Amino acid sequence: MTDQGTSRRMTMIEAINDALDVMMERDPAVVIMGEDVGYFGGVFRATAGLQKKYGKTRVFDTPISECGIIGVAVGMGAYGLRPVPEIQFADYIYPGLDQLVSEAARLRYRSAGEFIAPLTVRSPFGGGIFGGQTHSQSPEALFTHVAGLKTVIPSNPHDAKGLLIAAIEDNDPVVFFEPKRIYNGPFTGAYDKPVEPWSKHPDSEVPEGHYTVPLGKARVVREGEAVTVLAYGTMVHVAHAVCIDKGVDAEVIDLRTLVPLDIATIRESVRKTGRCMIVHEATRTGGFGAELSALVQEHCFYELEVPIERVTGFDTPYPHSLEWAYFPGAVRIGEALDRICKD
Amino acid sequence: MAEFANQQPLALHVPEPKARPGAEPDWSGLNLPPVGAQPRPDEACAAADTWPLCTDLIRVLDENGQALGPWNPRLDPETLRAMLRNMALTRAFDERMFRGQRQGKTSFYMKCTGEEATSVAPAMALAADDMVFPSYRQQGILITRGYPLIEMINQIYSNKADKLKGRQLPIMYSARDYGFFTISGNLATQLPQAVGWAMASAISADTRIAAAWVGEGSTAEGDFHSAMTFATVYNAPVVLNVVNNQWAISSFSGFAGGERQTFAARAIGYGVAGLRVDGNDPLAVYAATRWAANRARSNAGPTLIEHFTYRAEGHSTSDDPSQYRSAQERSTWPLGDPIVRLKNHLIALGEWDEDRQAAMDQELAEAVKAATRAAEANGVLGHGLHHPFHTMFEDVFETLPWHLQEQSEQAMRERRIKWPDWRPEDGDDMP
Repeated sequence: MTDQGTSRRMTMIEAINDALDVMMERDPAVVIMGEDVGYFGGVFRATAGLQKKYGKTRVFDTPISECGIIGVAVGMGAYGLRPVPEIQFADYIYPGLDQLVSEAARLRYRSAGEFIAPLTVRSPFGGGIFGGQTHSQSPEALFTHVAGLKTVIPSNPHDAKGLLIAAIEDNDPVVFFEPKRIYNGPFTGAYDKPVEPWSKHPDSEVPEGHYTVPLGKARVVREGEAVTVLAYGTMVHVAHAVCIDKGVDAEVIDLRTLVPLDIATIRESVRKTGRCMIVHEATRTGGFGAELSALVQEHCFYELEVPIERVTGFDTPYPHSLEWAYFPGAVRIGEALDRICKD
Repeated sequence: MAEFANQQPLALHVPEPKARPGAEPDWSGLNLPPVGAQPRPDEACAAADTWPLCTDLIRVLDENGQALGPWNPRLDPETLRAMLRNMALTRAFDERMFRGQRQGKTSFYMKCTGEEATSVAPAMALAADDMVFPSYRQQGILITRGYPLIEMINQIYSNKADKLKGRQLPIMYSARDYGFFTISGNLATQLPQAVGWAMASAISADTRIAAAWVGEGSTAEGDFHSAMTFATVYNAPVVLNVVNNQWAISSFSGFAGGERQTFAARAIGYGVAGLRVDGNDPLAVYAATRWAANRARSNAGPTLIEHFTYRAEGHSTSDDPSQYRSAQERSTWPLGDPIVRLKNHLIALGEWDEDRQAAMDQELAEAVKAATRAAEANGVLGHGLHHPFHTMFEDVFETLPWHLQEQSEQAMRERRIKWPDWRPEDGDDMP
């Protein structure tokens, strides 16, 4: 999918910034807006340098109003622009929910295609940074439940750039959640160890220029025969590391896009392994893992040898001091792996 | 508790309208100012120069059909007759559609009786390609812009010719080619969208502006505040209209803050120009809209306009206003009927008479009747002539993902089970 041969090592933040840069350069309809994204370049630096390069009318700060940010972006999309609003933290997205759920997601349908909402709502999500309950949430299941929204969650710099470009070019509204814990380095769950830089990880090799990672296509991170592990975002790395530590011959699948979901890749893997573990950081009840579990059961019931395992965050708000007790880390994943592989 | 024992207990104020069913309306609090007495500031003035008008009421037409004062738009008789015709056609259309709903041809309808001026006059004052973001009672805009009546009725009937494929509640039109944004049932969402459209037009160095409508009740939504904030921050070329028709279903304007302050006065807190207009005076509405449109188009900023009017009918066909408001309100509303007022003005000018009015009303009723018949040939709600089943799954996304493909096949399977006699060659004209 890349149109050029050269590449360089990037962090996930740099890759996201590069994707925005590429799209602003290619398409004058792309505009970026959000709290602190302009002169300052965003609290996580995702939009650093873009206002200087593309001007204040294409990259600008907004009032602290998620309802306004998304509502205005819907209007801009109806005009013919391709807005990429940033919601500073996924935890802040709720005031904009009506504009996203009732408006952006429904424009094409209710107007029979007269109006579309080609926006990509970027938002850092997930915990593991001592953000407490208002800077750590993983609300993806609220959006996967909505007809008309696509939900995308990258797990590494290469995918982040390619998926973000694909999301911006997509003519449907996309919620693009960026796992903030892995912005600056992959994370295996070893919170008490120094942060690994992305530069040592092969997926930090990011092609220059324009390329896409198609929406709706999962990636088999590692092939295996014993169990299929379904994960996305930060948990791809955590689950993968536990499988290696425990010497389990797991097939680890990074879903990358939750809606539309790559059911074919999931089905093929589970039919091969006969076992399935689903890992996400979000709360358990009604989480996307419940949907995955139901789908695996519907598609692979006769190949399943043991019950599907779900490893998730607890059904509590994300605590501050007890963050690592909440986080679905090595112990919780390891227990589930033991259960699923015991016979 | 004991330490507060000597203090007066707190009391909650729950607003109550002045008259409920059985009581005589009391309009004494309206404080209507004299016609023609309101100053008209320059369109490029400081926003603050408009603020006295936020608690005043811009009026042009007096009780004798004379147009007075600096806000008189001095329209030629041809334009005045077109305005009268657009309003009369809107009313004739409402009458017919209301009856159609009662006859079971559709599920729902909403009239704008008494409020025709608040959509017809702005539509005439705006440029034809300015983008409008209506609420649900602005059918006068579509009618004024010449949108075919049959298309409106096809939508109301959700029939096989409905351009929205039977997906939307009746009257929730969408007409991109007529600069008319798709109507949402979620209130006030169109306001930040209109501001965003206007910002996009400014980003693109376009010349078109945006206008939006919202009821006074819906100004209580956060979207109103977001829209006003973004409009003032970016000086967006937008006209935001609050149609204050006194009633939000059964809740009077006091539940949106109307007991404390006018709705136009909300402009002041945002530093935006604000105008308060007699919404039953089509010339005043035209003049205010033109003022605000010129202001927006010259990069002088957004305007909030309150149209002070009265909802003469129920909220919708599902509503019965006799249950909650005085039956005499409609007949005693002090600002009259916008159609009668414009008619009297044209008669006073010597440009119209009762015979021509009667002939026009007859002609418009016939035109609506003919459009209704033509639309009924495409089907009415619940009588089989709807869009094909598979269209239910289209336009959720640009392309059909696997899960919707599966569900589409399920829907087709259910149809074969429910109607076993159906054959593909029968087409889609099935229950």
